Formats: sequence, structure tokens, C-alpha cells
Amino acid sequence: MTLTLFLFYLSAAIALGSTALALTRANAAHALIFLIVSLLAIAVLFFFLGAPFAAALEIVIYAGAIMVLFVFVVMMLNLSEGSREQERAMLDFSQWWLPGLLTAILLAELVYVLTAIDSESTVRAVMPKEVGLSLFGPYVLGVELASMLLLAGLVGAYHLGHHFLRRNRGRSE
Amino acid sequence: MAELKIIGLLLLLLGGAVGGAAVMTWFERRVLGIWQDRLGPNRVGPFGIVLVAADMLKLLGKHDWVPPFADRPVFIFAPTAIVVAMLLGFAVVPYAPNVMVIDMNIGLLFFLGMTSIAVYSVLLGGLASHNKYSLLGGLRSAAQMVSYEVFMGLSLMGVVMLTGSFSLIDIVLAQEDLWFAVTQPLGLFVFVIAGLAESHRLPFDLPEAEHELTAGFHTEYGGMKFAMFMLGEYLGLILISCMITTLFLGGWQGPWLPPLVWFPIKTLAVILFFILLRAAIPRPRYDQLMSLGWKVMLPITLINLVVTGGVALWLSEGGF
Repeated sequence: MTLTLFLFYLSAAIALGSTALALTRANAAHALIFLIVSLLAIAVLFFFLGAPFAAALEIVIYAGAIMVLFVFVVMMLNLSEGSREQERAMLDFSQWWLPGLLTAILLAELVYVLTAIDSESTVRAVMPKEVGLSLFGPYVLGVELASMLLLAGLVGAYHLGHHFLRRNRGRSE
Repeated sequence: MAELKIIGLLLLLLGGAVGGAAVMTWFERRVLGIWQDRLGPNRVGPFGIVLVAADMLKLLGKHDWVPPFADRPVFIFAPTAIVVAMLLGFAVVPYAPNVMVIDMNIGLLFFLGMTSIAVYSVLLGGLASHNKYSLLGGLRSAAQMVSYEVFMGLSLMGVVMLTGSFSLIDIVLAQEDLWFAVTQPLGLFVFVIAGLAESHRLPFDLPEAEHELTAGFHTEYGGMKFAMFMLGEYLGLILISCMITTLFLGGWQGPWLPPLVWFPIKTLAVILFFILLRAAIPRPRYDQLMSLGWKVMLPITLINLVVTGGVALWLSEGGF
């Protein structure tokens, strides 16, 4: 039990540390790598909390697909030293003290709420089958709404690409 | 006692996988030689097998050089990601009834997660090199891997539906009477092609495509760092073959021979098939690869999903 607890807090510390590093890096590629590490650490946290399915999805979808697209965009932009300078200027104290202060207030409120509710909730492992049953049972409306949102995104992307193709027809290939 | 067994298994697995990947470099060249009507590497030792040691010594002896214009920490980190992710993937493969590191009820998803983590190796390697060929190779690999990951995951959902579990042990046991290769031929077809694209081997090695991109993402790499990329690629090949055996070819099950013999036989057969594909099929153009994925593979997987779901539902209602 103590080993599990130690590992839980270790991965929590890794998640916090890598997120802090992801925020403060001037080099976008380095920041993204720390963000990936942070997502992996959160997956481990989910696993320890008894949600293996959520942990697997965190790795497959967030760390494995969405962040790949982020890195893809960074590669496409091919950021130069100039953008790094700009990023460094934005990390100046005068730029971030107000958002930092506001977030600190929110954090204090969150800690207060978390300590106020009794933490005697029973932790138990949730199997993939249970997740599926509740997703397509009581929460089916949420699933349908999410799929509609994705469809809207797909149609929008198709629309943009369609115009591009029609304009360039006959010119390329 | 249980811990000792697991540690022993881990060491065996580590040695087996890395050693297997090393021997595979020689085996592949030799088999390719036979199929292309030439000898292949046959000089060093019996059948040329000592060539593996010679290659290793050469790679170890090379100058471990980092280009001055490269992003040093990322450049050094990149080759390790693929090897670590692929080795972790071997943890969920059931080799025999009691021979596996861990039986998770999300085993299949764990495998998919590890293959998607391995993508970063190629991506970051291409990004950190600060070289136009590497960057193009990395960009291609990102698009290719993200696309084929979709079909890879979806093609396996038919198997999951028929089994009713993500656990690889359950999937193997569900094939006691009939392999999923028979009931899920479309799933197998898509998984083989997606697996080939994920391990970016010929004919789908667009990220390195030496005739247009010099060596693609690993243009700037040499010595042991280059060897790590190659090791990861061969580990990926072995892992994909293990998964095809487990998911579609009945895993360890088979008549007469013990499970620990059947599993390697089937895996080796799949690896031979992959090498044969390399020998037989030319590399497609990059846009052909992408349109093959989205215009052929995706509809096939979706049809497979709908039909499998319908049949599974129909059977659970009692058939006729």
C-alpha cells in the first residue's frame, strides 16, 4: 500500500514539475515534450486511481495522437531563434504576474473545496465494460453531442479543403 | 517466488527481443537474397550469421557524433523513445497460458498506446536534426502514423466486439475453435497494412525514402544512435508480428506441439510474410499512401465494424 502511495505521489510530482517546465520553456518543441511527459504522468495517476481505461485513452488519444499533431504544427512552422526571443519576452514577470495571481486564487479555492468534502469515498477499479455501459446508457446524450461536434469540425475542414482544391484545379498535377 | 519468476521472464524477454531484433537484421538480408536470386551476406561465420556481431562492433566503434546545429538534448533523447516504447509493448503479449508479464484488462489499448508513443522517436529525431531532409521525413512520418493509427485501432475493434474484452488472454481463448483470421479477414487485412505503416518499413518507409530524402529522419544520425532507430524498427516488426499471431492467428493454441513452440512458429511465419512484402512491393508515392489510407482503409474498417457489430448482435439474439 505504501509503495503504491509513494508511486502515486511520485507521478503526481512528475506531472506538476513537467507541466511547470512546459509553461516556462521558450523553445516550443521542448515545451511540447514536457507536456507529453505530463500527460503520461497523468495517465499513470489514472491507473493508480483505478481507471485503467481512462489511463489507456489518455495515452492513445492525448499523448499519442493530439500531441503528435502539435509537434507536427511546430515542425511545419519551423520556428526560428526570433520566435524564441519573442517567447522569452512573454515570459517576463510583468506579463504573467496578474494571470498567475488569479490562478493562485482559483487554486486556493480548489484546495479549500477539496479539503472541505470528506475524502472517505471508496476507490474501486472501473473496468472498460462499465465505462462503455455508462457512456451508452445514462450519458448517451453527451456521446451524441460530442459526435455532432466532431462532424461539424469534419464538415468545416472539408469545406476549407474543397475551396482550395477548386481554386487550384488544373494548376497542380 | 512470483517476483523472481517475473524478473526472470523480463530478463528473458529483454534478451529475446533485443537479440531477436539483432538476428533479424541478418535473417532479413539473407531471406531477401534468396528471394531475389542472390546469396546475401554469407561470408562471416556459418551462413554469415556472425555478421550480426561484426555489424554491432562496427556501430559501437563509430564516433558518437552530435551535429553542432542540432537541438542536442532532443537529438540524444529521440532514439531512446522508440526502443523503450516497443520493449514495453512486449509486456502484454501472451506467449503461452502462464508466460506473460502482465494480463491487463486494457492489454490491447496498452499496445496501441505504446505504438503511438513510438512515433515521437521519428518525429523528434527529424525535428532536432535541423536538416531539411530530416524535417521532411519527420513531417511525413507524423502524417502517416497519425492516419494509420486510426485504422489500426479501428480494425481491432471487430476482434474486441467478438471477444467482449480488451484482455489479450481472453482474445486468445476466444479463438479456441476458430481463428479471428477466418471471421475477421477485413480486420486482419487492414491491421497488416496499418502495422506495416506504423513500423515504417518498406514498402511504407516514406519517412526515410532514401531515393528522395537521403535517409529521411535519421540523416544526421550515426553509430549507436542510428542503431537504436534500427533496433526500434525491428522490435516494432517483431511486436506487430506477435500481435497478429495473438489477435488473428489463435496465439499459442495449436495441435500436438506445446504453446511455447506454436507461438514462435506463427510469429516467424508472419515476420517472413512482412519480409516477403518488402521484397515484392515497390514503395508508393506519398500522396498515394495517404489516399490509400483515407479512401480505402477507412471505409473497409467502417464496413467491417458495422457488419461485425450486426452479426454479433444477431448471434446474441439467438440467430435464426
